Amino acid sequence: MSTNVEPYEPLSEKRRKELTKSLSKEVLMDSLQKMWKTRAFEEKAEELYMLGKIHGTMHLSIGMEASAVGSILPLRQEDLIISTHRGHGHCIAKGADLKLMMAEFLGKECGYCRGRGGSMHIADVDGGNLGANGVVAGGIPMAVGVGLGLKLQKTDKVIICFFGDGAANEGAFHEALNMAAIYDLPVVFVCENNQYGMSGSFKKMFRIPRISDRASGYGIPGITVDGNDLLAVYDAVNVAIDRARNERIPTLVENVTYRWRGHSKSDANRYRTKEEIEEWKTKDPITRFANWLVEAKVITSDEAEQIRKSAYAEIDAAAEFAEGCAEPALETIEEGVYA
Amino acid sequence: MSGREITYLEAIREALRQEMQRDERVFLIGEDIGVYGGAFGVTLGLMQEFGEDRVIDSPISELGIAGAITGAALTGMRPVGEIMFMDFITLASEQLVNQAAKIRFMFGGKATVPLVMRAPMGSGTGAAEQHSQSLENWFVHVPGIKVVAPSTPAEAKGLLIESIRDDNPVLFLEGKLLYKTKGEVPEEPYTIPLGKADIKRDGRDLTIITYSIMVKRALEAADQLAQEGIDVEVIDLRTLKPLDKETIIASVKKTGKVLILHEAAKTGGFGGELAGVISESEAFDYLDAPIVRLAGRDMPIPYNRTLEYHTVPQVENIVETARKLARREV
Repeated sequence: MSTNVEPYEPLSEKRRKELTKSLSKEVLMDSLQKMWKTRAFEEKAEELYMLGKIHGTMHLSIGMEASAVGSILPLRQEDLIISTHRGHGHCIAKGADLKLMMAEFLGKECGYCRGRGGSMHIADVDGGNLGANGVVAGGIPMAVGVGLGLKLQKTDKVIICFFGDGAANEGAFHEALNMAAIYDLPVVFVCENNQYGMSGSFKKMFRIPRISDRASGYGIPGITVDGNDLLAVYDAVNVAIDRARNERIPTLVENVTYRWRGHSKSDANRYRTKEEIEEWKTKDPITRFANWLVEAKVITSDEAEQIRKSAYAEIDAAAEFAEGCAEPALETIEEGVYA
Repeated sequence: MSGREITYLEAIREALRQEMQRDERVFLIGEDIGVYGGAFGVTLGLMQEFGEDRVIDSPISELGIAGAITGAALTGMRPVGEIMFMDFITLASEQLVNQAAKIRFMFGGKATVPLVMRAPMGSGTGAAEQHSQSLENWFVHVPGIKVVAPSTPAEAKGLLIESIRDDNPVLFLEGKLLYKTKGEVPEEPYTIPLGKADIKRDGRDLTIITYSIMVKRALEAADQLAQEGIDVEVIDLRTLKPLDKETIIASVKKTGKVLILHEAAKTGGFGGELAGVISESEAFDYLDAPIVRLAGRDMPIPYNRTLEYHTVPQVENIVETARKLARREV
């Protein structure tokens, strides 16, 4: 194993079967499709970047799709998420319109943020995605505020706060988790431990075997799961969401996963080996889930292939739509600085 | 006017209380603001009146407070945060500068962040280097935030109510030495628009442009100068952003001489911006003398009483500088 995260309990075969049974075929197929859409979206975004149609940078989550889709699966439509700079999967899993999302990547007026935010700041406020964030751990204190707002409004909505392993070493993490705990807020903290900040590895930057161990420092439950196993992620986050919704106890869930691509477009992968990357590719979360659905006879292999193909086709259509959208008009440049 | 006199501090408390009574979305969060009543006593009694859910004692987590009000504002609440001393806003600025100020624009105008962060600023209490700063210009420099700095009890109340009702992040800066000053304050709730300066004293010889504690000192200086036959106009900006350029320009065109006055360190302070605004306006042609800035020395606020006193402008410094300017001796 190339990870130094202490081994965690894999999902038992019995539990895997129970979970599969508890979810409808439609939901299971939708989850597989959302993972494929994320993969296809990011591959397309990468292609458009290479063609110079997308500028700036982007942070791809290829290899991490189960963490995003599995975490968001137990949420209700009206629940909220707050995302990260590596947030395309969160956005898609929460139900974003791929056309508007792609238009945002291309900086177009019809994009989610009118082309003002781009990949790193994409938000779908009406859809409950309160935004990706260009600052590591930037979303964590805000998630506490959202939780506070939800509590004061006496709703039973919850929020998932996504962040990475690097963010767990920011001071913001400490202040926010403590506040969520002492105020009994309906927040689920999902740490996507992909084992690298930019180049700083989990192995070098932590002296604890698991990030979820930090939960005990705030008096809240913590759990580490296989972040490349959609059902394991779903199982842990589902429990955490119930706890947040019904008991107002926050949870720290750690999804151990791996990003196949570099941190951003400038990354030459000098800090890890090709072998390590190849090893993790054999744990592809999408293939694993698709194979399981076929094995469990939820879908046929033809259906699995159909889901993959339709996801790629949908992304092609989204890109075509986005390219046809207008650029923001220059006279609107200062709109939206103030309300 | 009712004729009722209360302090600046009481006026701020009254604004908070009346807005909390009017709008259940308004809540307060900060360090020791509950039973303790806040380090300066601004929120004293409010927890007893509104409960622990609406007057929330926070851990000593300034970044957490800033995040809490930003996130809560995103859910439609109207939170008012308190930073105990403005110096500690350094610890909260990531959420204010990178998140609260940017969200609306960054999300294409599709989110609103109606929050207020209150903070006391300034020296004169012997609290020395880390509890005496005036850092307002850092935030003036961040598009997306409004910056308010009232000088009287009545304006503190009206501007705070307006700030709470405003749909943008507002940094509300309270003059520490003003807390105990008294003035007439109407009992009923009222608002004063942001971005509107107030001419505190009409004059024809020179214009002093200032805000917060320095308004009080400028008015005292103006009274002394009047005895020498120098007629000073004092403009209280009240809000630094948005800035009431119109009032500034009109006054400079009238007097032809400008003294810009603030407590914050001179270099990189708001005075430079004001000088710039005047220089690029039509008022430039009306200037009879160079624009003069009188501001805090470029140094930390020292502990020693005498040294502290001489670090920032006092009435006698204002009198002297204004006199020279009026006589065209600069």
